[in-house]
Amino acid sequence: MISLDIWMRENPLTYVWFGSYAVALLIFAIEIAMVKHKRKITLQQVRLMRNAGDDARDEGIA
Amino acid sequence: MAINWFKYSAPTTFYGLAGKMIPWFAFSAAILFAIGLYIGFFVAPTDAQQGEFYRIMFIHVPASILSMFLYLIMAGYAALGLIFNTRLSAMMATAIAPTGALFALISLWTGALWGKPMWGTWWLWDARLTSELILLFLYLGFIALHASIDDPRRADRAAALLAIVGSVNVPIIYFSVKWWNTLHQGSTIKFSGTTMHIAMQQAMFTMLAACWLYAIAVVLARVRSIILERERNTTWIADLPEVKQ
Repeated sequence: MISLDIWMRENPLTYVWFGSYAVALLIFAIEIAMVKHKRKITLQQVRLMRNAGDDARDEGIA
Repeated sequence: MAINWFKYSAPTTFYGLAGKMIPWFAFSAAILFAIGLYIGFFVAPTDAQQGEFYRIMFIHVPASILSMFLYLIMAGYAALGLIFNTRLSAMMATAIAPTGALFALISLWTGALWGKPMWGTWWLWDARLTSELILLFLYLGFIALHASIDDPRRADRAAALLAIVGSVNVPIIYFSVKWWNTLHQGSTIKFSGTTMHIAMQQAMFTMLAACWLYAIAVVLARVRSIILERERNTTWIADLPEVKQ
């Protein structure tokens, strides 16, 4: 802990940049990736349901 | 020509509108983040008392403001959904919660990082810090409660009640530095003026705008997935070009 105290006072900008901004940007990147993944999965599910509906309709007609 | 705003409160219309708006908000957010970081790290001068550590404020303050405002907006949408039984309101409340929780987390994390060199501790049970932690728990409670109920409409109603009751915490966070004798400093920027250096103000407000635009973009993107999920049995969803692919 004492070594961390000394390090942060010797390298304040590195501490500020990596400790707060890099972490915040990483959190934003993870959130964007999760939102994109969710959309991809949801679209796949909706397409599957639509195709299943089409198949059932085709079989009904046949 | 009068614009019919109620038209955009229907998921069918809002889905397309949100899709068109997302790139604009996302692109503007990225540009403003870059400008804000440049001003914050290269233009704003070193603080006489706090040295370089004060630069954490350019992300800490916007994240704290966003965490509180997003909660109020989420509670507002939840209340609208509860009162008028509008589908989109509940979807918007559900979409806002994860982003609000992440901003509360960033606020607490960056606050701890600033507290260590300035106060000598990562954490203390100060009124401002504790009420912000409760805000994070309220967001997590909203998300968990909504996820624990299978029927979406019942989940909306239960989570809405929690959101509305929890909104009492927001003024407590804001006024905590006035009501109690806290270690956390009061507002530096007031309606009566500020003693902040102009470059510091520019960095702070640019980062605040960037955070707002980012939050809007990501919430709109998330609500589009929620609309797709909830309206999946409707014909308009089946007719969407991205679904037909």
